[in-house]
Amino acid sequence: MIPAPFDYAAPATLAEAFSLLEQHGDEAKILAGGHSLIPMMKLRFASPEFLVDINNIPGLSHIKEENGYLKIGALTRETELDESEVIRSKYPIFTDASKLIADPQVRNMGTVGGNIAHGDAANDHPAVMLALRAEVDISSSEGTRSVPIDEFFYGFYMTAVQPHEILTEIRIPIPNGKTGNAYHKLERKVGDYATAGVAVQITIDDAGVCTYIGIGLTNVNPVPLRAVRSEEVLLGQKVTDELIKEAAKYASEDCNPSEDLRGDEAYKRSMVNVLVKRIIHKALERAHA
Amino acid sequence: MKKQITVTVNGEQHTVEVETRTLLVHTIREQLRLTGTHIGCDTSSCGACTVLLDGKSIKSCTVLSIQADGKEISTVEGLAKDGLHPLQEGFKENHGLHCGFCTPGMLMRAVELLEKNPNPTEEEIRWGISGNLCRCTGYNNIVKAIQYAGAKMRGEETPSTEPEFV
Amino acid sequence: MIRCKTSKEISGMGHSMKRKEDDRFLQGKGNYVDDIQLPGMLHMDIVRSPYAYAKIKSINTEAALAVPGVIAVVTGKDLEQYNLHWMPTLMSDTQMVLPTDTVMYQSQEVAAVIATDRYAARDGREAVMVEYEPMKAVVDPYKALEPDAPVLRSDKEGKTDNHIWHWEVGDKDATEKLFNEADVVVKEQMHIPRIHVSSIETCGCVADYDKVENHLTMYMTTQAPHAIRTVIALVAGHVGLTEEKVRVISPDIGGGFGGKVPVYPGYVIAIAVSFLVGKPVKWVEDRSENLQADSFARDYHITAEMAGTKEGKILGTRFKILADHGYTDAAANPSKFPTGLFSIGTGSYDYGTAYMEADAVYTNKPPGGVAYRCSFRVTEAVHAIERITDRFAMEVGKDPAQLRMENFIKKEDFPWKSPTGWEYDSGDYHAGLKLAMDTVEYDKLRVEQAEKRKNGELMGIGISTFTEIVGAGPSKDFDILGIKMFDSAEIRVHPTGKAIARFGTKSQGQGHETTYAQIIAEELGIPAAHIQIEEGDTDTAPYGLGTYASRSTPTAGAAAAVAARKLRDKAKKIAAYLLEVSEEDLEWEPGKFFVKGAPEKVKTIQELVFAAYTNHPQGMEAGFEATHYYDPPNLTFPSGAYICVVDIDKETFEIKVRRFVAIDDCGNIINPMIVQGQVHGGLTQGLAPAMYEELIYDEDGNILNGTLMDYLVPTAVESPSWETGHTVTPSPHHPIGAKGVGESPTVGAPPAIANAIVDALSPYGITHMDIPITPYKIWKTLKAKGVIE
Ligand SMILES: Cc1cc2nc3c(=O)[nH]c(=O)nc-3n(C[C@H](O)[C@H](O)[C@H](O)COP(=O)(O)OP(=O)(O)OC[C@H]3O[C@@H](n4cnc5c(N)ncnc54)[C@H](O)[C@@H]3O)c2cc1C
Ligand code: FES
Ligand code: FES
Repeated sequence: MIPAPFDYAAPATLAEAFSLLEQHGDEAKILAGGHSLIPMMKLRFASPEFLVDINNIPGLSHIKEENGYLKIGALTRETELDESEVIRSKYPIFTDASKLIADPQVRNMGTVGGNIAHGDAANDHPAVMLALRAEVDISSSEGTRSVPIDEFFYGFYMTAVQPHEILTEIRIPIPNGKTGNAYHKLERKVGDYATAGVAVQITIDDAGVCTYIGIGLTNVNPVPLRAVRSEEVLLGQKVTDELIKEAAKYASEDCNPSEDLRGDEAYKRSMVNVLVKRIIHKALERAHA
Repeated sequence: MKKQITVTVNGEQHTVEVETRTLLVHTIREQLRLTGTHIGCDTSSCGACTVLLDGKSIKSCTVLSIQADGKEISTVEGLAKDGLHPLQEGFKENHGLHCGFCTPGMLMRAVELLEKNPNPTEEEIRWGISGNLCRCTGYNNIVKAIQYAGAKMRGEETPSTEPEFV
Repeated sequence: MIRCKTSKEISGMGHSMKRKEDDRFLQGKGNYVDDIQLPGMLHMDIVRSPYAYAKIKSINTEAALAVPGVIAVVTGKDLEQYNLHWMPTLMSDTQMVLPTDTVMYQSQEVAAVIATDRYAARDGREAVMVEYEPMKAVVDPYKALEPDAPVLRSDKEGKTDNHIWHWEVGDKDATEKLFNEADVVVKEQMHIPRIHVSSIETCGCVADYDKVENHLTMYMTTQAPHAIRTVIALVAGHVGLTEEKVRVISPDIGGGFGGKVPVYPGYVIAIAVSFLVGKPVKWVEDRSENLQADSFARDYHITAEMAGTKEGKILGTRFKILADHGYTDAAANPSKFPTGLFSIGTGSYDYGTAYMEADAVYTNKPPGGVAYRCSFRVTEAVHAIERITDRFAMEVGKDPAQLRMENFIKKEDFPWKSPTGWEYDSGDYHAGLKLAMDTVEYDKLRVEQAEKRKNGELMGIGISTFTEIVGAGPSKDFDILGIKMFDSAEIRVHPTGKAIARFGTKSQGQGHETTYAQIIAEELGIPAAHIQIEEGDTDTAPYGLGTYASRSTPTAGAAAAVAARKLRDKAKKIAAYLLEVSEEDLEWEPGKFFVKGAPEKVKTIQELVFAAYTNHPQGMEAGFEATHYYDPPNLTFPSGAYICVVDIDKETFEIKVRRFVAIDDCGNIINPMIVQGQVHGGLTQGLAPAMYEELIYDEDGNILNGTLMDYLVPTAVESPSWETGHTVTPSPHHPIGAKGVGESPTVGAPPAIANAIVDALSPYGITHMDIPITPYKIWKTLKAKGVIE
């Protein structure tokens, strides 16, 4: 399997990258970790004429807490996320997710920015970002705009990022109070894309009332889905098993999975139901810990 | 579209001309003639092509040669220094290979695994090599081989290599 | 513990000698086919059909030929000029090399692009334009037999349906009578799905034809180089490639498991092109081509029945098979055995009545049948008998271990005549199962299970106690294309007492370079470290039928022992001469002959070999060499007792194999380390079809999972930590008492796993599930039963 020919540049600055992107328009593709793009090029499902390799641009890879946000640079590798102290101690949801994304070699290359910019509901980070209410910084020669994650995913392989733009940073509001988060997906074997995946972040006050809830779903909808009705059931309420069950049921109803080798629609809904329950419980456990 | 790249492979610097689309695995195998790195799939699934790029294990079938320009590559051919590397020894002593086709990729993956986690549990090893398929060994002895190498590299006594036949 | 007759220094049988082949593999110095690079070598890539069944209206090669680097595009019409567009299969059917008018399965070869490098070849492949007229494909083998099904092999004169052959064995009438009268009859419909062996190295070759010498050197991934040379000579002899002009070299092979036995069209096209252009041509397939077009395994639809008494005595079995062979019968079976050795399917049990029948059909799928570490259809047979035995135990309300113990053939009843005509050489089934039960602590597990069931938890215990049949085979019955299935060894000991031995087999990871040396060391007392083993080059190795179906140890291993014994006899003569005693006065101890009662009067094997070159008795032939072609008197019958414990999540139905204990009996053991390694590997290849792998086609014959993204080869995470052990019941007729082991675990594991899962689900009234059993399949089954909403 060999890609079709293309031209290539690895600019050293964002400004150069923008100008290359403007010059080549639709024919250009950004190369980050390359682990979604190159496989598609090898199969000739994608044949861009020009690749703009952004790996030589400084300042795009970082994990830091600053001004009330956890900031993740677009070029941050999965492995870096996995090994980061701040992530391990405060955002275990990422550790949950990255363990289940592909395999160690892929995680050494794949970037968090690429994972969401790819716009594939089968990828795992979109659901996580939805649960965490991330904001995405998108830059171009005209400057930087910030897009809430809820407005980021447009459709299959389509996101708010336009051909002349580069996703530069993902920002996650630092949760306060008793917060827990977790991610899990069912997979046919390790490294597989999700049959169904669920990301949850929950905050509760001392009375056990839910003051924040985010629930994101992987690969059970044409675009990454936030389970809004499920969140509404819990928000402002004292969290009970009954409510969690109801939230899970709504999520299974509101997603729109398609049948494939992983399962038919009914099966996937049923698994969403099970997983939402389990992951809310796990997030709650962590909130209490 | 041809470009020149310079890579340091197993400590030796090479300058080669590649197409922009040339996959790193092909440069390693066909231009540098280091055929220990293998190809086992076309979907980045098997890990037979695993090498270290600046010390990190990667699947060289899913990296462009131009992406490696200016970088360091380590392949299986560079592992043995004074005698076999502890991992190579571990694989031999514990029968961690049959046909040997997956072995170079397994070894290179295990190099990074042990570097980051010098004393991994069986579970950690299994997850750590989950990007490498082996069709022959059933993995038991690969796990043992990596544990053996870990012990050796930590300067501890190596576990028994007798088969655990009841 | 295994007792060894030789010292560690000699490392004969029973020693866990470290493998001699490992150093090169560990240092990246293996030499696999894709590593071969010859001056001027061209690369070939293959255009494949997107349709399962279609007429080819036109092939336009113009754009492809315009791609820089592309030098030729070969089509079926080109090959037709040399009558090379069809070739025979190993089952005397015919297979297209390249089609002239019709494609019969998705991904079938349609044209070949030849270029100066592999990138250009791939670009050329993309540029070949083929116009097809798709036709309605026949995918379901049952539908293929319906009267209005299109006749797929209309190329065969007089063919009016899709039926290939009918086969039967056993006593039909007696079986019918038994089933009519028996107290208890159980029946299940089973599908053993189509799977693919997917060795990590795909298939490929470098065909190197020398015009001046009129000589072809064919480097290829083959498990049977000699047979391939003969086939090439048979197919291409008419264009000048007669057998002495062909040299087949099988370099290191990255796993075979049967997938590298057949002759694939790519090999033949590469030869044809090299012949025409006079340059070496390399063809190495992609993984997706390998999965989609190369030889599959299984695809047996089996109706399995067992009859017995209420008390749980098995009285008889009846199996009816529909075999989906794809568009041609290219199963690499011995010629007289269209269902391979399926007739071993009466199993390890003592009863006298059985009947089996099979019909094979053509469908629009790729050809193949036996390529998955499976000893010629033994896997299908063992699955059927072990599943139906469990079903029977369930029906009569008996513990499946107990029921097996009560029905096993007894140790003292060997040799045992099976109702389908085999003579089992030896076995001790009770000992094997007992050891497995003790190791896993069976009784405790049943107690735990009963507790768990009270809480609605799903835990299952599954058993499989199988009899294998390997070492094909005795020449009166076994041949492939008429060539008898013997195998050979040639030993040459150099004057200084070091040896080289050559074989007609070909290791693909089984460790022949070590185990064969150990067999010779055992017989001659020359340290195994000093015995070099060579295989795979038809110019140097003696003729043999190759390595598959666990036949190497039973055949070539035996040949090595017999050849070595010939040499030991010669050594004895020389010793008698040198020590000036008669042969009867000599005694052998590994490595030396000494005079009985006078151990100081001794000659070492090294001294005797040296004498064979320097000081041999008058009238004796000089030198120290022997060859043997071993024709086995019978097959060997390894056995095993496997127990699997699973836990199933009661909401997601994820299956965890908690424990798996495998007790194998492969007779005398040459190298315990290697035997254990073979068992581990085979178990993972048994786990794979039980829970993960299946080639899935839609109703138009499109393959739905033709890459490793969706064809789920287990990783180290899915594969449990295997627990292995053994009993030893030597084969009485084999020179070293060995039986062969490479495939036992692949054969024995799937029913143990399936039985465990069905056991876990039995509270829901489940009696059978087809493999692969996945969480999704369990969910669907329980949903259909109304167990879950
Ligand atoms: C075998 C295998 C298994 C996998 N399994 C999983 C899995 O289980 N879960 C999962 O989530 N993922 C999985 N992946 C995908 C992997 O995580 C990818 O790395 C990830 O989806 C994309 O990240 P990347 O950096 O490699 O992006 P690239 O491949 O470089 O890019 C992907 C797309 O995003 C665009 N893009 C990338 N970065 C930017 C940016 N900064 N700004 C604008 N556009 C950008 C590119 O132009 C391209 O269109 C798997 C991949 C492989 C090869
Ligand atoms: S060849 Fe690179 S992952 Fe398979
Ligand atoms: S040893 Fe053969 S694939 Fe691993």
